Amino acid sequence: MATDTAGYTLSELMVTAAAREIADGEVVFVGMRLPLLGFLLAKRTHAPDAVGIYELGIVRDSPAPEPILTMGDLPNLFRAKWLSDTSDVMGLLQNGTVDVSFIGGAQVDRFGNLNTSYIMSSGKLATRLPGSGGACDLAGLSQRHIIIMAHEKHRFVPTVDYITSPGYGNGAGWREKSGLPRGGPSAVITSRGIMKFDPVSKEMLLVSIHPGVTARNILDNTGWPLKIADTLIKTPVPTEYELKVLRELDPEGYWTGS
Amino acid sequence: MAPASKLMSLSEAIKRYVPDGAEVVMGTSLETMIPFAAGHEIIRQRKKNLTLIGPISDILFDRLIGAGCVRKTRAAWVGNVITGSSYNFRRAAEEGTLETEDHSNLTISMALNAGAMGVPFMPALTALGSDLYKTNQSLKKITCPFTGMMLTAVSAINPAVAIIHVQRSDEFGNAHMWGNLGVTREACLASRHIIITAEEIVSPGAIESDPNRVITPGFRVDAVVHASWGAHPSPVPGYYNRDHNAFIEYRNESKTSEAFEKWLRLWVDNVKSSDDYLRLLGKERIIKLELKNHLLSEPVDYGY
Repeated sequence: MATDTAGYTLSELMVTAAAREIADGEVVFVGMRLPLLGFLLAKRTHAPDAVGIYELGIVRDSPAPEPILTMGDLPNLFRAKWLSDTSDVMGLLQNGTVDVSFIGGAQVDRFGNLNTSYIMSSGKLATRLPGSGGACDLAGLSQRHIIIMAHEKHRFVPTVDYITSPGYGNGAGWREKSGLPRGGPSAVITSRGIMKFDPVSKEMLLVSIHPGVTARNILDNTGWPLKIADTLIKTPVPTEYELKVLRELDPEGYWTGS
Repeated sequence: MAPASKLMSLSEAIKRYVPDGAEVVMGTSLETMIPFAAGHEIIRQRKKNLTLIGPISDILFDRLIGAGCVRKTRAAWVGNVITGSSYNFRRAAEEGTLETEDHSNLTISMALNAGAMGVPFMPALTALGSDLYKTNQSLKKITCPFTGMMLTAVSAINPAVAIIHVQRSDEFGNAHMWGNLGVTREACLASRHIIITAEEIVSPGAIESDPNRVITPGFRVDAVVHASWGAHPSPVPGYYNRDHNAFIEYRNESKTSEAFEKWLRLWVDNVKSSDDYLRLLGKERIIKLELKNHLLSEPVDYGY
């Protein structure tokens, strides 16, 4: 697993992997926490023309002039391209304008359904989580979305206790049957590797393993027999330039420290 | 006849317009301009059985829940934006003393929009495929009468009162707000009463010089309260930055009921005025939060 001796932290590896999922010129709905940095990193590296949309009612096409911890920090409003209502930016999502969005999760299942609401234990509520925020909207209405979360057995479960943000439900055809107009998760970036989804069955598929992690280790930390892609790669490590930019974006390591 | 001034003290405004059991919408700009001073006054008056309505409430809802003021939340997210879960909310929900209605940011906006437009519901494409229906009776699946497609009908919400923090207002409730607006406009239009807390009270002429920046028609506003630093620790564009440390420290300050009681005594019950609050905050912290880079917009011409 990534350590200080590798020259980067695990969070830096995850943020870099997230950033690389953004293509130049795409319209990105940016979520809270790690995804915020992923978008800013992409802007400063390979995707300078990506446009960022934030649920508070913010559209901007340049990184904030100073490091920010959250999207409502005033530097993120400074010289924004548009300050508006939440319903305006949600309209851009609902009408299909948003190419890609990022969400975090507490619990995910083999079809990429996410739970950030209720964790149950033997039929009773064990943990009440904060809820959807914009996550349900992003998972339902972007052209595609990317999930970022810690990879632990109790988080990677066969079936989530509650679908806050829909993935592929119970498999192929489910989103269409549910009335969702488009989209679905395209990648799950975790603390151990990267998963994508089988284009036919819509089941999660291990495609990339972080440096120092084994496939065995990932299977042991997944609550169902995770399928492995025919070609399994090692997650590319952050470049020196990516690390330099990340450390400018998060100088105190609040999000990406070890 | 000259209109009557709506200026009053914070305690008077809360006493008059936030009765026990009321449905209150606040924190409508999401992370910015959260009316913390008003929320703290609700706690000081130990209001009971409130229903709190909002998109992502950051930690204000958690404080009101911890103080025992809240029976129900109708919200998209209740937590601490930069640290995650909020503990009073968790305790109350897990112990079963708090009822929660699960929204998304889009459904809460549509519920308030329906209330604002005077229609019983608004359609949306969100929530389809999710379990929000199971824990939110105000969401129903319907078929579009024109296209036959499946839609979510979001039932209207008409709060008893909206509490909004703004940059500046005149004494009659004509108020300027700028920055990201969240669901503030629909929240004001949907609510029966509106309380405005403002960083500054300015002349009607200052407001009339820029009507596009008025957040809601002043004739519908009931109370105007002068509350400088009234949104701390959330940021107010043009006035002060977000106090990250307050949110980070609150994580431990609310981790147990005992820790929260201690926090409540120090930061709410012992605070009798905004001067008290600023003294507690301390000069050094205030200076750190003040704006360092100003950006004045170009004036526009509304003449004829």
